[in-house]
Amino acid sequence: MMASPNGIDPLLLASAKAKGKRPQFLDNADTERLMNVVLALVQEVGVLRQRLDTVERLLEAGEPVTKANIERFEPTKAEAAERGLWTQEYLNRIFRILQQEREALGANDQYSEEVAEELAKT
Amino acid sequence: MADTERPRNAPAYDGPPDYRVVGRHEVYPDVSHDEAERFNFLAQMNRHLATRVMPGVAEAFEARVKPAFETREGRGFKDRHEVRRALTGDTLFQWWSALRRANMENRQQAGRWVTLRQADSLNRRARELTENDPRLELHPELELPRYVAAVDHHCMPGSYHTEIVPGDITGAANYDSGIFATTGGMLGRFNDGGGQAVVQWVRKNLPDFRPKRILDLGCGLGHNVLPIAEAFPEAEVVGVDVGAPMLRYGLARAKSLGIGNVHFVQGDVSDLSSFADESFDWIQSTMFLHETSYKSMQAIFAQTKRLLKPGGIVLHVEQPQYASDMPLFEQAMRDWDAFYNNEPFWTKMHEIDMDDWMMKAGFPKKSLIHGGVAAIVDPEVFPEAAADSGQEDYGRKAAWHVIGARKPKPRSKVKEAA
Repeated sequence: MMASPNGIDPLLLASAKAKGKRPQFLDNADTERLMNVVLALVQEVGVLRQRLDTVERLLEAGEPVTKANIERFEPTKAEAAERGLWTQEYLNRIFRILQQEREALGANDQYSEEVAEELAKT
Repeated sequence: MADTERPRNAPAYDGPPDYRVVGRHEVYPDVSHDEAERFNFLAQMNRHLATRVMPGVAEAFEARVKPAFETREGRGFKDRHEVRRALTGDTLFQWWSALRRANMENRQQAGRWVTLRQADSLNRRARELTENDPRLELHPELELPRYVAAVDHHCMPGSYHTEIVPGDITGAANYDSGIFATTGGMLGRFNDGGGQAVVQWVRKNLPDFRPKRILDLGCGLGHNVLPIAEAFPEAEVVGVDVGAPMLRYGLARAKSLGIGNVHFVQGDVSDLSSFADESFDWIQSTMFLHETSYKSMQAIFAQTKRLLKPGGIVLHVEQPQYASDMPLFEQAMRDWDAFYNNEPFWTKMHEIDMDDWMMKAGFPKKSLIHGGVAAIVDPEVFPEAAADSGQEDYGRKAAWHVIGARKPKPRSKVKEAA
């Protein structure tokens, strides 16, 4: 554990629970646990992709790819827009299933099994 | 890289600005590249939920939740609680809620990691800036009111008051550095868009108002009151809050931003007996009443009447009340934070008749003030916030109602003065 001289353990405390009973939203508690783990991973992949983007921009600018240069990186407004657009594209891809759930609300869709029977008669 | 070359019909970017535009000061934590990107992700995720997922909840409500309820019960919904309970059985509400709660918890984790890993340095800097400064008045003997002790507000572990070590300010630094992720930068570089809006409202509506002494209730780390203190530099400003970490951080932050006329006092705003009658020209609360209780609100309203000088004003900035003309679905959605984001009093506070409560505290009907304010931010940095996209976010939008009063001047005294 990386406790500080005064005894603060940031790894443990950073992930502490807030006081108050946690609500469960999904029908299955394990599904909700898994969704939390997956969302945290989605976040970390997003962070990693932006780090890679920073590395690419340093290379394109002919600057040494050092940790210090990565830490110093500040995107211009145009670069920030490109990076922001990538995250939006990423999120829309990741949560495709929820968009499709929405679209299905207004659609008068049939299962293919039903359509197959119908097509056999027409 | 071909992958990032966008075709001509690629959408124009209208999302949150990059985290690195946030305003820094001497007690602002150092934020690494990846930590900044984590905040960026959190802001984008919140926006994705608000713009892409949440509208589906409204659609599912109309398409299946409401019809199913009406078929089953043979009648319509009678209140917002019935609507909310019906929604909890719907897949889209469940997933939107589960993701929103998870993202809120991830935001706290991200901010706490940033601040706790450098706790010693942050706490030392705050101590150096506030030690022996009479503008910081702490009362460690203060009994924590139930409205703060019951739950950690908005899932912020340790809430406003917990000190992990003596002299701790990490909770406040977490609040300050992570609010960008929660709001997508809608409150501006220094999270002060709300305070800026209040200043503009007062300047426009009360152009001759020259307050000498201002009280801010539930000031937290002072982000809402600093614009007021800056706009009226001749005024003495007093911020009251229960949380010592917030107050320490607030003074250190204000000083490093060059604002010297704010005193930070630890106290429960239900008891303002330490302040003299008619000793303030302006009493302000900004997005605070919903974190108190009915008894505290009654005490605040009554004390406000006592503390104001004749001609003085009180302004409470809050989200709109659940008036009878607000659709039950909207009320239920606005209640989300109450039940699922540890803001329990939110639901109770928003159902009362504020005018009636103000009048019971002694403010005549004709002295009441009503208005609306929206966060004022730099449009160069925050085009989306400045433009107000019109996207309803049921309680998160940086636009608020103002309810207040101007304490009447006794007629005879006015004549004497004239």
